[in-house]
Amino acid sequence: MEHIVIIGNGISGVTLARHIRKLSDKKITIISAETEYFFSRTALMYVYMGHMKFEHTQPYEDWFWKKNRIELKKGYVKTVETKSKTLHFAEGDTLQYDKLIIATGSKPNKFGWPGQDLKGVMGMYSKQDLDNLEAYAPNNKVCKRAVIVGGGLIGIELAEMLNSRNIPVTFLVRESSFWNGVLPEGESEMINRHIKNHHIDLRLSTNLKEIKSDENGNVKSVILEETGEELPCTVVGLTAGVSPNIDFIKDSEIETGRGIKVNRFLETNIEDVYAIGDCAEQHEAIGNRRPIEAVWYTGRMMGETLAQTLCGNRIEYKPGHWFNSAKFLDIEYQTYGWVFAKPRENETHFHWKHADDTKCITVNYNTKTNEFIGINTFGIRMRHEIFDKWLTEKRDVDYVMNHLPKANFDPEFYSTFENEILSAYKKQLQPVQ
Amino acid sequence: MSLAKPDAVDISTKQKLALTGGIIGLFILALALFNTNFPNKAVFLTLALGLITIGTIVYSRDAYLNKLEGIKNDGVWFKSISSRGVWGWIVGVILTGFYIVLYFYPQYLGLDMVNEDHRINTGLVSLFDPLSQLLSGRNASQWFVYGTLYTVAILAFGYKFILKYRHNRYQQIRTVSVMFFQLGFAFLIPEFMYVMNSDLPYYDLKSMWPLNYYIFDEWSVKAFLSNGNIGLALILFGIITIFVISPILTYKFGKRWYCSWVCGCGGLAETAGDSFRQLSSKKMSAWKIERWLIHLVLVFSVVMTTAMIYTYLGYDSNAFWLTRGVFISLVIGFLTLVFAVVMFFKRQELGKDAKYGAIGFFAVVTLLLIMHFTGTTDHIFYIKAGDLRSTYGIYIGSIFSGVIGTGFYPILGSRSWCRFGCPMAAILGFQQRLFSKFRITTNGGQCISCGNCSNSCEMGIDVRHYAQKGENIVRSSCVGCGICSAVCPRGVLKLENDSMKGRINPTEVLLGNDVDLMELVNQK
Repeated sequence: MEHIVIIGNGISGVTLARHIRKLSDKKITIISAETEYFFSRTALMYVYMGHMKFEHTQPYEDWFWKKNRIELKKGYVKTVETKSKTLHFAEGDTLQYDKLIIATGSKPNKFGWPGQDLKGVMGMYSKQDLDNLEAYAPNNKVCKRAVIVGGGLIGIELAEMLNSRNIPVTFLVRESSFWNGVLPEGESEMINRHIKNHHIDLRLSTNLKEIKSDENGNVKSVILEETGEELPCTVVGLTAGVSPNIDFIKDSEIETGRGIKVNRFLETNIEDVYAIGDCAEQHEAIGNRRPIEAVWYTGRMMGETLAQTLCGNRIEYKPGHWFNSAKFLDIEYQTYGWVFAKPRENETHFHWKHADDTKCITVNYNTKTNEFIGINTFGIRMRHEIFDKWLTEKRDVDYVMNHLPKANFDPEFYSTFENEILSAYKKQLQPVQ
Repeated sequence: MSLAKPDAVDISTKQKLALTGGIIGLFILALALFNTNFPNKAVFLTLALGLITIGTIVYSRDAYLNKLEGIKNDGVWFKSISSRGVWGWIVGVILTGFYIVLYFYPQYLGLDMVNEDHRINTGLVSLFDPLSQLLSGRNASQWFVYGTLYTVAILAFGYKFILKYRHNRYQQIRTVSVMFFQLGFAFLIPEFMYVMNSDLPYYDLKSMWPLNYYIFDEWSVKAFLSNGNIGLALILFGIITIFVISPILTYKFGKRWYCSWVCGCGGLAETAGDSFRQLSSKKMSAWKIERWLIHLVLVFSVVMTTAMIYTYLGYDSNAFWLTRGVFISLVIGFLTLVFAVVMFFKRQELGKDAKYGAIGFFAVVTLLLIMHFTGTTDHIFYIKAGDLRSTYGIYIGSIFSGVIGTGFYPILGSRSWCRFGCPMAAILGFQQRLFSKFRITTNGGQCISCGNCSNSCEMGIDVRHYAQKGENIVRSSCVGCGICSAVCPRGVLKLENDSMKGRINPTEVLLGNDVDLMELVNQK
């Protein structure tokens, strides 16, 4: 029986294993050094906030794996020998595979800041990071202040987490406005205000220079690059993005760039070795997508796709229309199609914001053809299915604006804003007299 | 138990004062319970209920109004009371004790058990005499005490719930609805009905058979029928609600129209029980127990009610058109109709559950036929029908729904009666699963499997199991409270009434992936 070995028990590896089991009888082993069972990484924040317990982040009960004959091995793969198809573990043992899938995800970026390895400095990615945070920031008596470095999705989640335990937070963001490499100006600025409304000390255009240590090797303070100001703190969260977690294969023959290089079939340069999820890097970007996509659902989709290939139906990874979502403290965000921070050539944005400063949308469309390209929504839920359909049908922006109520996904009895949005849109279209 | 956990966020001074006020209110009730004879009962009752209500209001205002609108679940699993900690167990034991005394030893509450018509109460019950006098001109019973406390709990904690979800109009409107039905239909109207006609039995108009299992008791039916047109109208209304109104509303809106908008048991669970909703078990094993238990209770209640009515009906067709023969034919005819319709339209959807359904159906029909043709009069299978009824009353009506259902809130979660025992929920759920426009729609491929939805489901549905597959949630147990949708951080879930077509949509590959792959895999 063919032995499929998957390194990494995240969403990519687990989706792959589930689908292979549906399609075949192959022997499947999933290896993880992080946890015994699959859990949802995106839910770690809710464990610290007390909304859930860690066991609730596990989507499958413990009996699931045995029932589906998916073997779980806890261990850390130190090296991969592709010639003999052998994995060597840090614990000393080895494992043979017929097909190997690397799905090891990401690790937090560190940019060589002085003091970045001190006690109390941590990322917010793994179960170990969560345990670490619990140890160093259990409450606001032990942790008088935390400083977060890096204004992205993980940074704002970490801020929300610490805020839930009334720990004062200073949030250092390199950019002039929160996540404005991705979000258009109006949205980004609304989120700036929302962060401040939560009494988080947001510092824009601010870089970290150095983390200072006390006599025991614990964090004592941080020094800011621009002003030289020293901020006393006991915890530093490093959330300046993530990069593929592939150090263990650097000495193997598997080709790597920033991530593990794969073709559209998710195959590496070595036969019978594949890579999926955050750690895979496409040779050529697919459409407007990045070559490395560290997104929950792309990992899942790669798993869904590769299972077909491994079970005899060799198919390309062909993701559909771009979509994503996130939550910034109390404001939900969804995106369908492409909305860039600044409109590209022949593109323009229509932006509407509600007076209460917690809801807005931005619609991106082509000024020449009027084709609808994408939408960002904040504080209003939209239907994925409808926007996917409209993007496939290449609807024009007028059609989309006139049919917005069809796409609304807010709970029943919610106030709707489509009329207000439509009249703002029509007003914008009128030529200036 | 709570020692190993991180500290729950401290409460403010204002909240401590509010809490103290509420506890003083409860303390007055406790003093009355231990036979303190208060001089001016009306004043002390007002003081007690007022302190409890105002305490809850002040506490919730301080908890929610000083923060921005949004999901307020911080520390739920750290607090001792809401995570099966020491306080959770203490509250559970007190509540359970209260229910045991209420149902089985009301004399310890001070109820005068001797003079039923003109009670001379003592203790806790006597403290409520002034209010009962005000509403219906008679002294209180233990049920009046219970009804008052129940109503106060739904109103005060309903207010708290509305503040907690002040960004969510579905939650607010739904909560106003349960508060209205509790105060009006369960509490005030029955008292006023008594004032107008003291011979009518207590009747909470919104409480349907089989939840209201005593409505077809002999004494109840006789009391209704001996009260002329109004009594007849009431009992007809009771029959129409379950056989006509409920199926129509459930078809259009799902069982939520009742379970989380109208029902008193649901009302208490959604308001006072809200802090315990996350405690329900999401394990597959719990689901298996649930399916057997709730349907067994339903079968029990149908057989018990039929047997009971059967025993007090006469043989003589001249006395009344509804003879035993006609009645048993009606019951069997109705069950057969339901069975035939389900098998005709939904055979495929039921899968192997169809077999269990068929066995259940034929077992019930056989039981009824044997009962009829063995010619037993008041004995059914050597058990007196009256005994069957009182067994049901004690074990299901009192112990299951009250002692376990509510007493175990801090241990089993707020809806264990609704989930494991309520025969009404079983009927509505059966229809919701098969003949209803209601579903919780999953939003394409947006789910990140975080589990907030499953965690907050009071009915123990593993919502995430469906959401992460891009599949709509169509479950008989779903009461449509909408909290899963509220807590979802990615806008994945929406309660909807839409067409029956495509309502159940199992998928393996979710929206957003290669369209050809989706077609290939999902078609099977």
